[in-house]
Amino acid sequence: MSALIESKALTKHFKIGRNQIVHAVDDVSLAIEDKEIVGLVGESGSGKSTFGKTLLGLHRKTAGEVYFEGEQLPDIYKPADFQRYAQRIQMIFQDPYSSLNPRMTVGEIIGEGLRLRGDSEGAAIREAVAVWLERVGLERGHMSRYPHEFSGGQRQRVGVARALIMQPKFVVCDEPISALDVSVQAQIVRLLGELKDSLGLTMLFIAHDLSMVRYVSDRIAVMYMGAVVELGPADDVYFEPKHPYTQILIASNPRPDPRSERNRKSVAITGEISSPLNIGSGCRFANRCPHVMEVCRADTPGLILRDCGGSPREVACHLYEPIAGPN
Amino acid sequence: MSMAPSSANDPAVLEVTDLHVEFDTYGGIVKAVRGASFNVRRGKTLAIVGESGCGKSVTVQSVMGLIPMPPGRITKGTALLDGVDIVRRKVIDGKDIRGNRIGMIFQDPMSSLNPTMRIGDQIAETLHVHRGYSKADAFKRAVELLALTNIREAEKRAKQYPFSFSGGMLQRAMIAMAIACEPDLLIADEPSTALDVTIQAQILDLLKELQERNNMAIILITHDLAVVARMADDVVVMYAGEIVEKGSVDDIFYRSAHPYTLGLRAAMPSESRHVESGLQPIEGSPPDTFNPPPGCSYFARCPNAMRLCERNPPPRFEVSPHHYSNCWLHEPGAPKDVDGLYFAEQP
Repeated sequence: MSALIESKALTKHFKIGRNQIVHAVDDVSLAIEDKEIVGLVGESGSGKSTFGKTLLGLHRKTAGEVYFEGEQLPDIYKPADFQRYAQRIQMIFQDPYSSLNPRMTVGEIIGEGLRLRGDSEGAAIREAVAVWLERVGLERGHMSRYPHEFSGGQRQRVGVARALIMQPKFVVCDEPISALDVSVQAQIVRLLGELKDSLGLTMLFIAHDLSMVRYVSDRIAVMYMGAVVELGPADDVYFEPKHPYTQILIASNPRPDPRSERNRKSVAITGEISSPLNIGSGCRFANRCPHVMEVCRADTPGLILRDCGGSPREVACHLYEPIAGPN
Repeated sequence: MSMAPSSANDPAVLEVTDLHVEFDTYGGIVKAVRGASFNVRRGKTLAIVGESGCGKSVTVQSVMGLIPMPPGRITKGTALLDGVDIVRRKVIDGKDIRGNRIGMIFQDPMSSLNPTMRIGDQIAETLHVHRGYSKADAFKRAVELLALTNIREAEKRAKQYPFSFSGGMLQRAMIAMAIACEPDLLIADEPSTALDVTIQAQILDLLKELQERNNMAIILITHDLAVVARMADDVVVMYAGEIVEKGSVDDIFYRSAHPYTLGLRAAMPSESRHVESGLQPIEGSPPDTFNPPPGCSYFARCPNAMRLCERNPPPRFEVSPHHYSNCWLHEPGAPKDVDGLYFAEQP
């Protein structure tokens, strides 16, 4: 096993008011192999973005450890730490409108990382920016333009170029396509796939849309109320979801096929994700779960390999018997 | 399952003909909608699909009288609501049509509701203004409407403000407001785009349920073909301000007759285990609407473009009953070897 980045029992709690704690990320252990892409899926409020940000030190973690290339990442990041790790770890943000400084030109935005690193001449930086603009499907001449002159999809390409010009080993993509039109989503997913192949990137790809994530990911992790409830190879999770929550998530997703939609029975789940405030014991999905049992309310199921009929799957659900053995 | 063409002659609630909308901007005149014609049948859903900026929202906003004039301008066309033209007048009598005979819901419920008013009062206001309910009766009816949209503890919720509602609940409240006067037509502009998939499924189910209950027509604006497949009876595909294909939902998905429709379908994630299928992006971006191209607007991105397409706008071809495509490939002499494209059967 050669995990490039690994979280061990990573936890992020936010205190809000007196005795109120939001369990945004609770005890998440996830190892991402070198050159692997893991899709992290969940609804709003599931803690997926918080996990990505805590992993990179953009939130200060409450507990747990993060290892990158075998080295433990600091508990508290100093500015120098960010500068040091920014060369190997980068992030692409969800909103291509608010994540680009409107007063900087696109050339300044993309070249800023190289400039701060301080080992390149101005001309070399400009050349690198030009090369990256072309690589992400924009034009050299766009360098002197400002973000507002671009469409959403083009801005997202700028965000991709800004992150990848540093030649990082690991990139967290936080919902990079959610704000875009479907046809543009396909363009960005393609682009990320090509760059992954040519650069040997390792990625955590955060999204709420499973059908898109399947295309980029090697494995998919499904998150619900701060915990990972299912983890497995992308196609297995998509075509044979085991956790009741994953099953509902996939069945809710409309398919671009009118005939199958007409014959679909309604699977609409009742209720909404509740707020992860002061979580007690028991399965977090118990109050919405169609298969809820007595044990679910008392005992929190762990994310371990379980016998699901067919190949074993890491799933946090009492419906499936744990498989004994090293894990 | 009734096939749409057999019932395509149902009475239309709204009939839009040759609608043109322009905007004056500093950069020049934007021709946002160029000749849109479609109709919406009672109790049926018409989906208008297209990418951002294709004019789908402007089309319905101009019908609703929601376009600021100036800078906007409806230069041509009619929209008949039960036979009466509602766009040719200078000022639309909002009280009569908007909120009363046509209800509307928007993509972002948070910014569409008044944050300083209780939810129940906002719904009650509609009934008070349009239907002359007393304040107390209107509020009582607002609670019933919230319950109808599956909001639990409606009585308590009606007294709360928008900030204590989640996104899905706000959308339900907006729907409750839009259907308060039992409109003939509900316009839903990307109603589920900002929501999670499980909540999207609930909202789409709710819209269908209310449609059957009130025999209401729906115009659904979306860029998501999967939502179209779930909801629509009829579909209009828009590109750069023009309608490029229209027909029944089965026509659009199983007999796509325009290369742009094919392109949109190929860009969707597929259900096949072969990762190679699906997600083929349409390269490039739509033309700018300041200077629409002289010929077919899709020419620059079309994989099947012919020399003729560059200069000559394609006419409308009826490829099967009530199924139209604006594409030169349907001209009798044009090559018919385009993969996946539907052609009219040769006599």
